[in-house]
Amino acid sequence: MTALAALIRRDVRVALRVGGGALIGVLFFLTVVVLMPFAVGPDLALLKKLGPAILWLGALLASLLTLDRLFMADLEDGSLDLILMSRTPLELACVAKALAHWLVAGLPLIVATPALGLLLNLDGAATGAVALTLLAGTPALTFTGMIGAALAVTLRRGGLLLAVLVLPLSIPVLIFGVAASQAAATGPLSFGTPFSILCALSLASLVIGPFAAAASLRQGLD
Amino acid sequence: MTLIELANPSRFLALASRVLPWLVAATVIVLAIGLYQSATAPDDYQQGATVKIMFIHVPNAWLSMFVWAVMSVSALGTLVWRHPLADVAQKAAAPIGAAFTFLALVTGSLWGRPMWGTYWEWDARLTSVLILFLMYLGLMALWRAVDDPSRAARAAAVLTLVGAINIPIIKFSVDWWNTLHQGESVFRMGGPTLDRAFLIPLMVMAVGFTLLFVTLHIAAMRNEILRRRIRSLQMLQAGKPRTAA
Amino acid sequence: MKLSARDLRCVRGGREVFSGLDFTATAGEAVAVIGPNGAGKTSLLRLIAGLLASGGGSIALEGGNDELTLPEQAHYLGHRDAMKPALSVGDNLAFWRDFLGGEASDMEAALTTVGLDHIAHLPAAFLSAGQRRRLSMARLLAVKRPIWLLDEPTSALDTAGQDAFASLMAGHLADGGILLAATHSPIGIPAQELRIGTIA
Repeated sequence: MTALAALIRRDVRVALRVGGGALIGVLFFLTVVVLMPFAVGPDLALLKKLGPAILWLGALLASLLTLDRLFMADLEDGSLDLILMSRTPLELACVAKALAHWLVAGLPLIVATPALGLLLNLDGAATGAVALTLLAGTPALTFTGMIGAALAVTLRRGGLLLAVLVLPLSIPVLIFGVAASQAAATGPLSFGTPFSILCALSLASLVIGPFAAAASLRQGLD
Repeated sequence: MTLIELANPSRFLALASRVLPWLVAATVIVLAIGLYQSATAPDDYQQGATVKIMFIHVPNAWLSMFVWAVMSVSALGTLVWRHPLADVAQKAAAPIGAAFTFLALVTGSLWGRPMWGTYWEWDARLTSVLILFLMYLGLMALWRAVDDPSRAARAAAVLTLVGAINIPIIKFSVDWWNTLHQGESVFRMGGPTLDRAFLIPLMVMAVGFTLLFVTLHIAAMRNEILRRRIRSLQMLQAGKPRTAA
Repeated sequence: MKLSARDLRCVRGGREVFSGLDFTATAGEAVAVIGPNGAGKTSLLRLIAGLLASGGGSIALEGGNDELTLPEQAHYLGHRDAMKPALSVGDNLAFWRDFLGGEASDMEAALTTVGLDHIAHLPAAFLSAGQRRRLSMARLLAVKRPIWLLDEPTSALDTAGQDAFASLMAGHLADGGILLAATHSPIGIPAQELRIGTIA
């Protein structure tokens, strides 16, 4: 446990220091959401309807694009070698890294959601629903995105390739996240069903993601 | 004292410590007068007491643009005149400008609430200020992304100048976008020409907030210079072999 | 304790780097891996460290901790120092001590031994190449592992640093450790030579 706590603490601290780029994701989120009304028009009724979808798309892109460096930085400075040689199972180290990433990149998105909900004319209930679904769904995005980040290390390529690899994998999360938020905002479907599926997706990705990422990292040894 | 004499950071520090107490005092006095006048100003016949938000909102909105202008001059100082304090001035101004812009947004939105019925309307002015806020945040992110201040300085200077050229274009586009989509929108923010009863407190508040900016800016520049000195002292210390303990 | 390799083969990118490599090192023994550039010195070390898939042959450690794998009992000191520039020297070392499971008290002593204790609070970004190498050496001391795999350990070190490192290595061997060092220059301690690749 000490080892995992140390890894989480290190990653969070590195992200918060100068050059860490912890808050770039939330700034990206803000910018994407602000861009939307310029494309669809400032009609508040329309924005209210599209609001949950816009917020979810923004959060999806923001959390995936920041995953790019999850393993790459450790590969470049040699940390990954030592992590592979440690007594901590690589799967657990992957969980710790993903958790640290979610803390600095995922959680701020949820904190920023109420302010953005205001911009999109969402009422309190709808904003709360979006924030809640993001809280349940962004871990799934991080843990599936981690697979892509590990593949990026194997292939020594990052950036857009990562997005192309991972975005299709995150479609289910998007579907049920938006469905649950819409249900809470406008009905008539119940909020519970899609939200439960969303939670299930998060839990499943919590299991699959680390194993797939660890397998990919081991394959990519060089 | 000319700009060139000020170029010496030590001289700037000495000057700052002499000037800052006076600036703080002036800021407090002018803001206190302004706030008193604002509080005692009559209510508007249309907007009631909410008009008093104006006394906070308008100075903040004015400063949000003024600070970018200050940063643009500093950016020129970095790129053209190679003034050693220019990038310090620019870096120190960015968070302050962002804070004023944020306050302009919040007060604007609070003002909009009783008038529009929502906290946010994609009104051309508010939207332009929101984009300005995003640009401030982007600039701060740029400063944070690079460890070495002298390397970040040139990139930030270029971005600031590009922003200065782009801000009017963005403003124009947003106006056009807004009228295109939203002909029926009622906004009274421009309102009728201001009565003297409002104008005088507003001017006092504007002066007070500008003084506040100057005070904060000089203090932030001092902090930045000291921060860089600590950094170079640390690098010096790292380079020295250990003395026998 | 005995580390032995039989008929080791390494293939990278479809090209055979070396094959039929044998060596044995017992407790307290150092092996200097010598060979021209591209002969596979780094590959051999990474192969033993479990960081490179083996192309054939076997590596065995006798008399070690049976519950742990060979990589878990080995230190790998590569060209990259695995230190985060944004964190302080002390924090970097403390992280690897915690993550790799070292003793709590070892860190101060390790930093003192490599001569970095006076700048433990400074960001690692301020360190020179030689100081970063010293920080990596501190990791070997802060976490006890019986096998050291060292890739060009003395590069970037000045004469004093090389001497200090030689005494660290001698200390490690005296404690019954095993040491493999890929090197072009003498490492300053008696070692059996393992030549790989064709000698020009």
